[in-house]
Parts: sequence; structure tokens; C-alpha cells
Amino acid sequence: MQRYSFPKLLWQACRGNTGWGPAWATPTLKRSYDVVVIGGGGHGLATAYFLAKKHGVRRVAVLERGHIGQGNSGRNTQVTRSNYFYPVSSSFFDHSLKLYDGLGQELNFNVMLRQDGQINLAHSPHDLEIIRRWANAIRMNGVNAEVLSEPEVRKLVPLLNTKSRFPILGALIQRRAGISRHDAVVWGFARGASAHGADIIQGCEVTGIQKSGDRVTGVVTSQGPLNCDRVVMAVSNQCSILARMAGFTLPITTTTLQAMVTEPIKPILDPCVISAQIHAYVSQSDRGEIVIGGSADVYNSYRQRGSFAITRGVLSAVLELFPSFSRLKLMRQWAGAVDITPDTSPIMGLTPIKNLYINCGWGTGGYKAIPAGGETMAYTVVHDKPHPLIKAYDLERFERGALIDEGAASGVAH
Amino acid sequence: MEFSYGGPAHVTRPELTATDREWTHYLYHRENPKGPYRERWLHSFGCGRWFNVLRDTTTHEIWQVYPMGESGVAEAGAGGISQ
Repeated sequence: MQRYSFPKLLWQACRGNTGWGPAWATPTLKRSYDVVVIGGGGHGLATAYFLAKKHGVRRVAVLERGHIGQGNSGRNTQVTRSNYFYPVSSSFFDHSLKLYDGLGQELNFNVMLRQDGQINLAHSPHDLEIIRRWANAIRMNGVNAEVLSEPEVRKLVPLLNTKSRFPILGALIQRRAGISRHDAVVWGFARGASAHGADIIQGCEVTGIQKSGDRVTGVVTSQGPLNCDRVVMAVSNQCSILARMAGFTLPITTTTLQAMVTEPIKPILDPCVISAQIHAYVSQSDRGEIVIGGSADVYNSYRQRGSFAITRGVLSAVLELFPSFSRLKLMRQWAGAVDITPDTSPIMGLTPIKNLYINCGWGTGGYKAIPAGGETMAYTVVHDKPHPLIKAYDLERFERGALIDEGAASGVAH
Repeated sequence: MEFSYGGPAHVTRPELTATDREWTHYLYHRENPKGPYRERWLHSFGCGRWFNVLRDTTTHEIWQVYPMGESGVAEAGAGGISQ
């Protein structure tokens, strides 16, 4: 792997950028691996990266049905934050945020992290009460969060209409929250994993899980079968199907979450603005586009196409908050299939099948967890026991009744 | 919205003697199929009645609509909407 640096950029610029090689290798599928990671999204690639780099696992393969980053890793709205209510969520997601802090250095790839904060709006005295309680909980978890008054909100986001139909009385802010570039995170981890010897196989669909008794022995793919010691399922929206192949079920419902961007404009919005009450969130990307998202569709769907009712609801909410955006043209609108768990927290760790590990159920918020998800899953695979940070996220928590109900902290109700 | 979604259809509540595992399965685990899926809908801004629907989760095509209490046609076919 060639390292990227300023002198190299300068050198390449002088020779017309003709000397850049591919960022990662495209090997052919081998017939045997130590660890197979199913799913070439952020979590899968990060898992492969940490397996190869940190734990020295030599033969790792990432099997991706389409192209890497084509699923939810390339469809999300790039928000990173750790303003969670429960200590167990806070410790995991704040660890992830810390990894994001240094991710550009770690991967030698600019992930364009911009930490301009995230504000959650309060529209009523009751909302304010909840936000104060939430801020206290976050601070008790060792993460900083502040409550802003209405004038402070207005100063931070001048375009926000605080006297709207749902007036804004204040907001919760986590200043370390931010946005980055999701493609860069995917490509950076792919490049890093490849440099440390992992095989990234695109266009390779897993069609079966091979077992001997209750132990996994390999996978069947569209490019033929292969043997492996361990398998990690790190997929979104196919996890129920993969789990059924392996012989167990998941507490997951797959539905659609949509997002959209406007035409690019000059910088006018620093933080990400979220209103859980009216189901909308807005940020501005470094390209200048206003990125808009909202609530998920309620019915099951693998269609990756959101309903118009949600589009209309989200946009009307956004225009209520930012009336000036009514002049902007929408450039793109898209959707991803998201896996919602009963408590809106992910499922990570061991499965009923030996040597098969799972990382799924990220619902509407898996992007922020990519580095920590990869790091903790790599540990879990190597040690055959859950990493301490993800112990509470196991599949068995539903049977124990130990749910981690972060519905409120997920930003939007879904 | 005129219709509201009511989750999967034909989920049978287990007996009181159910084990924790069976109860967990009933309460949380979902079939979540990719393809034909039986679900319940409510005509909330209309007649106010619940009904069952057989819908394809990959195309959103509705194969069958049938009253509560009925099990619907066993095989999903391209028969359009049958009432």
C-alpha cells in the first residue's frame, strides 16, 4: 500500500495524477480462510482491519454481495455522536467517537471528520425537562453535554425559526458530535484491511452456511464453497436471512429509512440539528448540500425505497424549522433497508452456533459505531468471548429481559 | 395516513406453560422474510376495521387481502388482490 502524504499529493499533482495505484487489492477467492467476514460495509471491513492489524490473523476474507459500501454504509447521513442515556451505550459509543477522532491518522485516509456538534431541539417545557434529564445522564456517563437556551440556539443556528408552530425553547448539545465522509471511512478501512493482508472479495454472495453439528465449518458462496474456522455476520438487511441459513432466528424487523440532499450552497449550518418531536434531522455536508433525514417507514420492507408520506412529513418538518430552505432544490432522495431491534440497540457477539459471530441490528445508527464495532468484534472473534464493551449487546439479552432501550436517544423516534 | 400498519399476522400467543425461550421467541423474534409476508393493517381513517394482507417485502406488491380470523390462501400466487 502506498502511503498518502502531502509530498506525494504534490508529486502526483505535478505529473497529472497518473501514478496512483488502486487503493486495495482485488484477489481471487481462496478455498480456505481463518476468518470469513460476511458483508463489506463499514463494520465488516473494520472487523477485517482490526483482525488483520491488531490480532495478526493472517487469512481473513471479506465477502461482499455487491460493491463495498454500497449498502447502508453508503446510504447513511454520516452523523457521529455519543449522547446516549444508558452507561453501557455511552461507554461503547463514546469509545467509537474517540476512535473517529484519530481515524484519519490511523487509516492514513482523510475521513473529513468535522466536529461541529449536534443539537436536539426541545419544543415544549416537557421536552426541556427530558433534555435536562438526558444531559445529566450523559454527563454522569462521563460524556459532556450541555443544555442551550433559546437565544443560545438562535446564535448557533441563525437560520432556525424558533417561533415556529412547534416553538423551540432550548436544546441539548453534544459539541464533540459531528459528521464525516462515509465513503472515506469504508474505503479507508478497505485499504487498511487489504494492506494488512485481508482479501476483499466483491460480487460474492453467501448462499449457505456449512455446519458440522452446532459448529460452523465454512460458507457456500456464489463463487463456490470455502472452508473457514470462524465466520462473522456483519450485514445489514440480510441478517435475518443469513441467520435462518445458520439455523436460528433474530429479533429484527427490516424497514426503510430514507434521506435526501439539496443542491449545494455556501456554509450556513454548523451543527447537526435534530428534532425528535417532529421527526427530522438536518446537517450540511462539506460539499454544501443540506442533508435531510427523518423517521423510518413502519412496515417491513427490503425495497430500499421510502414512502412518499414520510418524504412529505420530513420535508414539511424541516421547512417549519428552516423556512429559508423552501427555495432549495432537492438533488437526490434515496433509502436504505434498516434492521430495527425491539430496543433499538444493536446485537453483537456470539450466536447459538459455535464459531459464528454476529454484528447486526444497527437500525438507523450504525455509522457512528463502525470503528468500535470493528475493534470489539475482532476481539470477540479472536478470543471467542464478547469484548467487555459489547457484553451487554448479546443476542441473549432479550431472554434475560436486559433490554437496552435507547429509543429516545436514537435521535428520531422509530 | 389512511392505513396503519399492525405488525405480523397469525402470530400465536404461547400457552402459560411456555418456557422463557418460547416466550422470548413470541415476544421479540420475527420471521422478517424477504418476499411474501403476512401482516395486519388497520383502515384507520376509513371503516376502522383490521384486516390481513399478504404483501411482498421486496416489491411492495399486495397479493391478497383477507378478513381477520381467516388464514388466507396457503400459496402466494400472482392473483392480484382477492377479497
